[in-house]
Amino acid sequence: MTESNRELLSGNEAVALAALHAGVALGTGYPGTPSTEILGNFSRIGGRAQWAPNEKVAMEVALGASFAAARTLVTMKHVGINVAADVLFTAAYTGVTGAMVVVSADDPGMASSQNEQDNRRYAVAAGVPMLEPSDSQEAYDFVHLGVEISEKWGIPVLLRLTTRICHSKTVVVPTPNRTPPAGEPHYDRDLPGRVMVPANARPAHRRLRAKLAEIAKWNEAEGPNRVIDGNGKLGILTSSISYVHAREAAPAGASFLKLGMTHPLPLGKMRTFADVVQRLVVIEEGDPVLVDAARAGGIAVEGKDEMYRFGELNVDRVKRILAGDTSPEPKPPKGKPPQLCPGCPHRKTFEVLRDLGCYAAGDIGCYTLGVLPPFEALDTCVCMGASMGVGLGLRHVLPEEQARKVVSVIGDSTFVHGGITGLVEMAYNPPPAGHVVIILDNGTTAMTGLQEHPGTGRKLDHTPTHRLSFENLAKAIGIEDVHVVDPVAESELLRRVIESALKARKLSVIVVRRPCLLAAKKIKQYEAAAAGGAAAAAR
Amino acid sequence: MAEQITNVVVAGLGGQGVLKASDILAEAAFRAGRDVKKAEVHGMSQRGGSVTSDVRFAADLSGASPMVPAGSADYLLVLSMDQVEVARPRLSDDGVLISADWIDENALPNRKSLNVAVLGALSTYLDLDEDVWRSAVHANLPEKVHEVNDQAFALGREAARKRS
Repeated sequence: MTESNRELLSGNEAVALAALHAGVALGTGYPGTPSTEILGNFSRIGGRAQWAPNEKVAMEVALGASFAAARTLVTMKHVGINVAADVLFTAAYTGVTGAMVVVSADDPGMASSQNEQDNRRYAVAAGVPMLEPSDSQEAYDFVHLGVEISEKWGIPVLLRLTTRICHSKTVVVPTPNRTPPAGEPHYDRDLPGRVMVPANARPAHRRLRAKLAEIAKWNEAEGPNRVIDGNGKLGILTSSISYVHAREAAPAGASFLKLGMTHPLPLGKMRTFADVVQRLVVIEEGDPVLVDAARAGGIAVEGKDEMYRFGELNVDRVKRILAGDTSPEPKPPKGKPPQLCPGCPHRKTFEVLRDLGCYAAGDIGCYTLGVLPPFEALDTCVCMGASMGVGLGLRHVLPEEQARKVVSVIGDSTFVHGGITGLVEMAYNPPPAGHVVIILDNGTTAMTGLQEHPGTGRKLDHTPTHRLSFENLAKAIGIEDVHVVDPVAESELLRRVIESALKARKLSVIVVRRPCLLAAKKIKQYEAAAAGGAAAAAR
Repeated sequence: MAEQITNVVVAGLGGQGVLKASDILAEAAFRAGRDVKKAEVHGMSQRGGSVTSDVRFAADLSGASPMVPAGSADYLLVLSMDQVEVARPRLSDDGVLISADWIDENALPNRKSLNVAVLGALSTYLDLDEDVWRSAVHANLPEKVHEVNDQAFALGREAARKRS
């Protein structure tokens, strides 16, 4: 371990580097803060990375590669696991051949998410091992460890990060040769193992529980957990970023049991630790996952007051928890909230919707900012693609006068992710007075930092591929009334098209197309590069 | 250990180069051989919202959070004057506030280098050599803007010296 190869890396950069060093053959995922930079970095340093239409497809592609003995990395934010969960739960039964490490990048405090769900519970529910790094060095190390565990027991491994782990930079000393290289991809048939009809799934479940029992034993004996001895007065049981907050917040002489593998838990280690301290406090963000598990295991622990369940922890909050301080927390001064860029093409659409008094079922992306003044033109936003179904649901039951004010507003990447099936629903179960879907196509996945998607015609690395045409797709699905409008060059037309679509009792799709301001220049460069490449190929 | 940590908070609005400034500072401390931790939150900052980034450095930060605790910043750099009061609670009682108004923007070779000028002002308080600063600035910016940023950095140093 030489000092000369130390680097200052974010958790995301560290995961990408480790994936490369650990022989990951394919990285898949969908953009989602705070996970997005992992695949971008992986591609940049020479890894093979792909964006999938959504996290479910991403995990399925990775699973296929893992069945062929290739090592895979799947990345997503916490709510992305909701989308991929169908795959995860049964992949735990089928197991994997090549390692599969699944990153769940949680967002306690919702720096940029719709909720702060605690995905540690997924490891328990799905029955997969879970690793929780506390800094970038561990983010790096635990990718290696995850690959080793995944391959040794043939099981997907959850690598659970949080915003602070993903985006904080800490020093990393990489160990490129740590993990033995992967074998050549190949396929060995295993019908009972991979075809989950009930006759096969029943023994598969038993195999899963047996694997978890073995991994639990391993975790007790050799797991990535660490005890720091103290004077015995106060013991802190912790994991993830909470560990470093607690190290700084705790009084001198405090003991620590820092867990790196938090499912299956090393209950024996936890009991031993509990025995040598007078007072044992669990420091964890979000849900009382460790508290509940410790108590279920017969270990007496103090948790935190419910007020600390909301938002992320930090040094000051941990001090308060240790002191049992439940007085109201100081409110930080309100900073300036984000808003749509001046000149953003989305602004035109929201002006029209506001002026027409529409009820807009909205979705997730930059355009969610249409809820803010001066527009206040978005009525709902729940999860990826919900604009479609929620809009239809409103239309199905509202009296006609109100129903005809309802529109669904969805972005281009969001539409590919979770809106296509909503459009199928619209043609299949049409509301009595029709419906209007507005697809805001700005040629990029903008809010997460301008990534490509199947509607841009470029892959993750910006090289050309097939471009999905929304207007053709809408027609193929059975929607006859399809428009494509430029909101800036044709802003009057946009207003007329939306107005008349609302008046008609039809199913309409309006594709509002103009490149994102921030992406426009780069898009031209990519298109020029593609044209140059095509011309060179033709010569 | 807490007394040996240098805590810096950089604050401003999205688009001003808050994260770039904190990257440069972290890189300088890192190149000087310190243990460094840096905290920031990505996501909304491109849309003009408030942005802050914490940089901490010391001989050993293994027992430290990447986030500067409330009221513990030794130095608070603010790139937009309307963010001074928003960010002030981060500053310790004897901390130093270095705000955009320290810099004569008209004297800047390029207004975009305000963030680097403010780093120049900060550099007069820190025990980091000028050459690690220069190499950190260069490592974080494209070559064509190295010269204007070196000038901005020097401008910031001058501005700080004039105040003391």
